[in-house]
Amino acid sequence: MSEQLRRHTFSVLVDNEAGVLARVIGLFSSRGYNIESLTVAAIDEVANISRITVVASGTEMVIEQIKHQLGRLVPVHKVTDLTMEGPFLARELALVKVAGTGDKRVEALRVADIFRARAVDTSKNSFVFEISGTTEKIDAFIQLMKDLGLVELSRTGVVAISRGAATT
Amino acid sequence: MSTDQMTGAEIILKALADQGVEVVFGYPGGAVLPIYDAFFKQNAIRHILVRQEGGAVHAAEGYARSTGKPGVVLVTSGPGATNAVTGLTDALMDSIPVVCLTGQVATHLIGNDAFQECDTVGITRPCTKHNYLVKDINDLARVIHEAFYVATSGRPGPVVVDLPKDIQLGSGTYVPPKAGKHKSYRPQVKGDIGKIREAVELLVNAKRPLFYSGGGVINSGPNASKLLIDFVKMTGFPITSTLLGLGAYPASDRQFLGMLGMHGTYEANLAMHGCDVMVAVGSRFDDRITGRLDAFAPNSKKIHIDIDPSSINKNVRVDVPIVGDVAHVLEDMIKLWRADTRRPRKEAIDAWWQQIDQWRARDCLRYKASNDIIKPQYALERLYAAIKGRDDAYITTEVGQHQMWAAQFLKFEKPNRWMTSGGLGTMGYGLPAAMGVQVAHPDALVIDVAGEASILMNIQEMSTLAQYRLPVKTFILNNRYMGMVRQWQELLHGGRYSESYMDSLPDFVKLAEAFGAVGLRASKPSEVDDLIKEMIKVKKPVIADIAVDQAENCFPMVPSGAAHNEMILGDEVGEPKARVTDAGLALV
Ligand SMILES: Cc1cc2nc3c(=O)[nH]c(=O)nc-3n(C[C@H](O)[C@H](O)[C@H](O)COP(=O)(O)OP(=O)(O)OC[C@H]3O[C@@H](n4cnc5c(N)ncnc54)[C@H](O)[C@@H]3O)c2cc1C
Ligand SMILES: Cc1ncc(C[n+]2csc(CCOP(=O)(O)OP(=O)(O)O)c2C)c(N)n1
Ligand SMILES: [Mg+2]
Repeated sequence: MSEQLRRHTFSVLVDNEAGVLARVIGLFSSRGYNIESLTVAAIDEVANISRITVVASGTEMVIEQIKHQLGRLVPVHKVTDLTMEGPFLARELALVKVAGTGDKRVEALRVADIFRARAVDTSKNSFVFEISGTTEKIDAFIQLMKDLGLVELSRTGVVAISRGAATT
Repeated sequence: MSTDQMTGAEIILKALADQGVEVVFGYPGGAVLPIYDAFFKQNAIRHILVRQEGGAVHAAEGYARSTGKPGVVLVTSGPGATNAVTGLTDALMDSIPVVCLTGQVATHLIGNDAFQECDTVGITRPCTKHNYLVKDINDLARVIHEAFYVATSGRPGPVVVDLPKDIQLGSGTYVPPKAGKHKSYRPQVKGDIGKIREAVELLVNAKRPLFYSGGGVINSGPNASKLLIDFVKMTGFPITSTLLGLGAYPASDRQFLGMLGMHGTYEANLAMHGCDVMVAVGSRFDDRITGRLDAFAPNSKKIHIDIDPSSINKNVRVDVPIVGDVAHVLEDMIKLWRADTRRPRKEAIDAWWQQIDQWRARDCLRYKASNDIIKPQYALERLYAAIKGRDDAYITTEVGQHQMWAAQFLKFEKPNRWMTSGGLGTMGYGLPAAMGVQVAHPDALVIDVAGEASILMNIQEMSTLAQYRLPVKTFILNNRYMGMVRQWQELLHGGRYSESYMDSLPDFVKLAEAFGAVGLRASKPSEVDDLIKEMIKVKKPVIADIAVDQAENCFPMVPSGAAHNEMILGDEVGEPKARVTDAGLALV
């Protein structure tokens, strides 16, 4: 049995009802699981379904427990361990506020361009960049921006979906 | 009001009736008065007025465990709901179907710190299988029906339905229970046949096999017990059981090794330690069972049948997981076993039995008898002699040494006759649980095997017994100590008996009389049989106060953090003594 920590991404389809997020979060805190990221939004207004994407880390046994514990919640329709099931896409969006003038401001724009981040707000001495991509890409972008006047940051957390025609 | 319109309170009672509910254990208050008003106007459902809401939940648990039907509770908002929390947690830990209706302040007041408001769904979320707050009267009937479905299907558990007062007073339409699938909750009942085949493959090749059955067999129903007996007989393999599984397999049968675990028998624990193929049937590898995990059944292949996938691979990694209902899986397993022409090597199985019989010969429950002082084990042996063979004897317990001795010395031949708080270990469980059992089986002999400390935790329910003429017998093994605590202090804390002596105990005989019950007392071994005879004869509630040896310890004992083969035996039985390690000391 490997005690090594691994990080898995779960996709959880739930009834979009009051308290469902509290159930999921309560489960993680009461059982001592680590959440790295959690996002939720309604995806089907008619059937009233939301998708929760959770990135969690733990040993192999804990990861298996997380999947089954989520599956036990009554309003949960389906839990998919995307990391187990095969290739999937995971994306995050971040809004990055950078303040400054002169060379740093020019350099920030240049780096944003390389990362395909868009300036969505501009003032004389600031930009807000919108960037989306993998967590690693966003981490790298933020790292670079730290030296170029990063003053504020807002990230969405990960959303994910499996590759190919199959649905989860 | 048009004909199909009913008040919320009427809808609630109609839904209960349509769910087949015969009795509700409850306690009124402002936030449930409309429901109590509806109770007043009908006769279909009986209401048992408990004396504290915690008693209501344990009573519902006793009712459920002894009938296989869900137990139903009704309490008011705020303190009514918070008093129910221990019982709900108990039912969650031991997988008991309970539906608990709680009153709530009117919807427009929720969140305003209104009088007797508490966040019931918030508080009970982690201690229920599921809970609901009904905010629209048109959801009311459906939600109550759904609550019963969730409480009773899959791995059973407690469900709370929080009912704001304006919903109870409003008017709406009733909908009857609907057959058909729940939109999201669909537990897997049939086991994967490929996995069952793998299990049979292991079994036909086993040399030292062992069945390890648990509460899930009882949850699965009487047919599961029957199939378990059939299969165990067919294979000729030994079987042990957890505390919660007792009765699913007849204790008097030769193939039964007694309970395993912390206070299990020598033979059961050593068989567990030495087996090469283990079949866990509706049992969950609790820490009272496994002892030190890295030394648990070290050379075994493990098959695990459980309806809850999260019970599998939680504490112990198994080789053949089978998700499904015990009865369904055993049925398939028996078919495959029958169809297979191979059988385990007879010499191997015979040798295994020889080994087990040697362990058995150790007679690990032996204790030093006395003519002067009542040994708790002796009192239970005599109790067992008096109820042996009675199909209508039901035993509940409180929590402590007496509970473990009851598990060791009373033998259960059938399921649903034994109700004890296992997972949560709730002192105060036994008396109200016995009350629930007696309500379900009015003519049965229902006995709460109690400790003098535990019994005081819900003693108020004696008043309920009097009101409803429920002749529950409370059999107190009175050692004037929180014996289980004293035992741990003796073994683990240098004999420093900090706060475990029960000073200023009431006179239990007078206490019984004050509650309109009969009080009996025995202080010498020679008085025990007469006391038991009288206790059983009396057609009223009884408190029997039996003064037992204060210093007696419960053995065998696998101390926390030790392995099965390191168990401590009683002085009469001898040797292997585990030393409690520092790591073990930190465990509960
Ligand atoms: C003081 C004290 C000492 C104790 N000492 C011991 C001891 O020495 N030995 C001991 O055994 N216990 C002991 N216990 C009890 C212990 O804490 C656990 O409660 C108990 O061991 C759990 O029993 P179980 O494994 O049968 O599980 P349960 O809690 O009964 O769980 C049942 C399992 O079966 C599954 N299940 C439910 N329904 C079905 C179905 N229809 N089909 C398939 N699976 C199903 C559930 O998902 C669950 O995994 C002690 C308790 C106390 C308070
Ligand atoms: C509500 C609650 N509080 C505390 C405990 C811890 N505890 C376990 S056994 C025990 C002592 C029980 O004493 P008694 O009822 O006299 O039984 P005995 O062990 O003496 O047979 C205590 C305090 C518990 N299990 N439940
Ligand atoms: Mg005591």
